[in-house]
Amino acid sequence: MKRKESESSTKKKKDAVLNDLREFGGELYGQMEKGKFPWVEMPSRSTENIYYSPDVRQYILGEKSVKRHARNIRHIKPFTQMVWAGFFASELVKNRKTSTLRDVYYSAQAYEMTFKDQPESNNILTDLETATGFAREDFNVFPEERSALFGDLTIEYTVPGYEGKQLNMTSHPDGVMIGPSVVSAEFAKTGCDKVIAIEKGGLFTRFIEERVHEKFNALLVLTAGQAPRATRHFLNRLNTELDLPVYIFTDGDPWGMHIAMVIISGSANAAHLRGLTTPDAKWGGVYATDIVDYKLPTDPLTDVDIKRLHELEKDPRYTGDLWKREIKTFLKIKKKAEQEAFSRYGLTYIVDEYLPAKLEEMSAD
Amino acid sequence: MVTFQEISPADFFYRNRDIAGFTNPSRAIFVSIRELVENSLDSADQMSVPPEVYVRLTEEDASTTTESGNGVYRLLIMDNGSGIAARHIPSAFGQVLFGSNYKLKQARGTFGLGGTMAILYGQITTHKPVLVKSSTGGSKVYEFKMMIDIQRNRPLILDRKTRRNKENWRGTIVEYSLEGDYYRAMSKILEYLKQTALLTPYADIKFVDPKGRLYMFNRVTTKMPPPPTETLTHPYGVDVETLQRIIRVTESRNLLDFMRKHFHRVGQGTSLSFLDFAGFIRTPDPKRLKPEAVARLVETNNKSKKFRKFFGRITEEQIKVGLKKAKSQDMIAFLKSIFPNVDRTIILRLLASSGLVRTKNPKKLKPPEIVKLVRMMKQYTDFLPPDASCLSPLGEDLLRAGILKELKPEFIAVSQRKPSTYAGHPFIVETAIAYGGDIPKKDDIVVYRFANKIPLLYDEASDVSIRVIRSINWRRYKVASGMPIAILVHLCSTKVPYKTVGKEFIADRPEVKVEILNGIREVARRLQTFLAKREHVAKEKKRLSVFAKYLPKIAQFSTDLAGKTEAPDIELLLKSVRKYETEGK
Ligand SMILES: Nc1ncnc2c1ncn2[C@@H]1O[C@H](COP(=O)(O)OP(=O)(O)OP(=O)(O)O)[C@@H](O)[C@H]1O
Ligand SMILES: [Mg+2]
Repeated sequence: MKRKESESSTKKKKDAVLNDLREFGGELYGQMEKGKFPWVEMPSRSTENIYYSPDVRQYILGEKSVKRHARNIRHIKPFTQMVWAGFFASELVKNRKTSTLRDVYYSAQAYEMTFKDQPESNNILTDLETATGFAREDFNVFPEERSALFGDLTIEYTVPGYEGKQLNMTSHPDGVMIGPSVVSAEFAKTGCDKVIAIEKGGLFTRFIEERVHEKFNALLVLTAGQAPRATRHFLNRLNTELDLPVYIFTDGDPWGMHIAMVIISGSANAAHLRGLTTPDAKWGGVYATDIVDYKLPTDPLTDVDIKRLHELEKDPRYTGDLWKREIKTFLKIKKKAEQEAFSRYGLTYIVDEYLPAKLEEMSAD
Repeated sequence: MVTFQEISPADFFYRNRDIAGFTNPSRAIFVSIRELVENSLDSADQMSVPPEVYVRLTEEDASTTTESGNGVYRLLIMDNGSGIAARHIPSAFGQVLFGSNYKLKQARGTFGLGGTMAILYGQITTHKPVLVKSSTGGSKVYEFKMMIDIQRNRPLILDRKTRRNKENWRGTIVEYSLEGDYYRAMSKILEYLKQTALLTPYADIKFVDPKGRLYMFNRVTTKMPPPPTETLTHPYGVDVETLQRIIRVTESRNLLDFMRKHFHRVGQGTSLSFLDFAGFIRTPDPKRLKPEAVARLVETNNKSKKFRKFFGRITEEQIKVGLKKAKSQDMIAFLKSIFPNVDRTIILRLLASSGLVRTKNPKKLKPPEIVKLVRMMKQYTDFLPPDASCLSPLGEDLLRAGILKELKPEFIAVSQRKPSTYAGHPFIVETAIAYGGDIPKKDDIVVYRFANKIPLLYDEASDVSIRVIRSINWRRYKVASGMPIAILVHLCSTKVPYKTVGKEFIADRPEVKVEILNGIREVARRLQTFLAKREHVAKEKKRLSVFAKYLPKIAQFSTDLAGKTEAPDIELLLKSVRKYETEGK
């Protein structure tokens, strides 16, 4: 059994977050004490300052920065909102409470800081992320959960009331939701040697039923479509803290392909953050070439699908040979297939034939 | 066979009472009050006493209600004006086109029609006589009970009383019955009185309506605009009818004198030049010039420094030698041939001074000559423009006082334009613009129109002021729809270019239009400054409130975040925002 490697990574993170927020407040405080209008400088998130970095293997922000100055009539409101968000985040972390983006939006009203709408409030939180370098999940702000995991991983909770309690992730046959308590938990131990991330709930359930976790010694993660940031961060932790390789299985279409890519290389929207990507994760299919090789039942590509493929062709993240080959094949065969398509060969075919073949193929390179 | 029938002016207006504004029962009651109030204000203005006008309208008992179903009212108007001399009372109120306002000076009344028409209307709707009491402040008060003989345009005196004027009262009371519809006219009447009060801030006006309600419009000042001086007619404003009327009364024996005596700003020089231009000057034939005449000419010149400047010293010899060779038939051309460098007007003057210019006796002018003279007056371009002493504009101070009193605006700008003329009639335009206070917020700007201090309430759309206002791009002046803005235009003239006898709207005269436009632009610019400043202040207030709202919050949250206990002092920062801004603008 593999033991966790890093010492209490969530505890360390919490301290770092609190420390950073305190410094942030201290800086503004100092400026005002000197009789100056407070200001902050942070990297610009405008599109012309977002670059793909082959080194870091994700999108990053460039050199450009923006200054938000309380002296400026157009800045002072968002500036105040950002300071408030920092204050709110530090309260959450200190008191070990979680909340959602929606909560943040409403909580502001208690401080007469009413946001115009949800996007304005979301945007301010992104500002705080940019200024501090921490993701909102680090501030205990979580999205609605929809992803889940199942497999032989024992976690130790850090949330209030559960501190020190351990739970094995096979304890519930439907899987365990990747919510705030899972995300903030420490990894106690695991018997898995790989992670299999799956796009669709149907297949996730099939894999549990077919005991894929045992047969392949795998931790199963349901992304439920595009993986939420908390899940992407969780996958990163499994990969870096427990050294588990991550394999991703999606539908065979440009959208599935991109779900895998965002787990691997992240999105432009998160260029200001680190730790949300798993550059060594691998996409296992369904490939366009699988559609051909396995003679899967297909649907024709729609215009939107084709347009999306052309966009991906130009996307700097899609430079690897595999990606290039698959995009080309999709465009050639003009067909797509869902993961469930393997059922034409029987319900267990995917587990018995396809999965072993794929895992072998991927661990080889 | 066609029959011709002469009708009297009273009969004419009786048949055409629409022209004078008595269109229907509600309009008639409004016009009646208006005409009589105006007469009262005119008479007080003339005396330079601040007017006091009392108007009372009562419903007569129901049994007198007319067949048409409208009410019968009794109208009483009392003033502290000049009063009317006893011998004029019957004509002033019993004869159409009799008035004291034919002379040239600005007054509200012009046609000699208004008051009499109102009484005439009362008579034809109720068949009752009018009661007039008046005193010029002397020892007697005169009372007349009379009716109008419509066919003959003559007053019919029913009763006449003379009383001792114990209280030294001066003024006039007119009382009579008329048919009308007060309740439909009410809003117009009140609006009329309010606007009258606005433009006559030195008047006290009281009105008791049929319900017994008292409306008081109190004066805010006893200062009155300087009274207008009477002036002569300007040649540009003369028509054949007027010229004939003047000829009928003149004592002048020749046109040269006639022009000088009866026309505004016409002196000896202008009179000569004009008559020369018009072809009404005769000079003797040089060949038949008598030696005495030559001597007189030479002497006139040599004795006058002014003439010597042009002709030098002249000797009789010089003229006589010239006469021998003379070809021309008249003295002007003859002198011009000897003194080619001397101006024709100077030659004319010398001849006139020497008694060598002859002009016709105006009474002997034949009709075609009269027509020609009028036409030439319009064509001659060198008449001096009329001066405006015959006008009585309100003046910027009174205008401001009036508007402040009736509208209580937040902002006001007034302007009096320089005098100008159209067709020989002097006029002055006064404009004002006001913002806020009691002015209603409407989509359109509220417009108050006045002519010779009379509010014009009907036919607004046809009025020149409205056209001018509509032609202006108000957004340039920062005026937006829905703002509480009122514009006032007051036109003063010896002849207001009304389109109708009803005195309701002013025709489009280019000269008048330009003055109105410039006047409105001038006050609009000042409004713009005000609105811009207001906007700036509002913006600044909002700006400061933004800082005042957020800066303390930043301080508080930063303090909490930093784990400090005491928030930093931000008073100075807030103060700096204020200071910076006032310096910036
Ligand atoms: N209240 C009054 N006090 C003194 N004189 C008056 C009064 N009312 C009328 N008059 C005299 O009677 C004349 C006739 O009045 P009327 O209203 O008929 O004509 P108007 O005022 O001259 O011209 P308009 O037709 O424009 O009103 C006036 O010119 C004036 O001399
Ligand atoms: Mg009158």
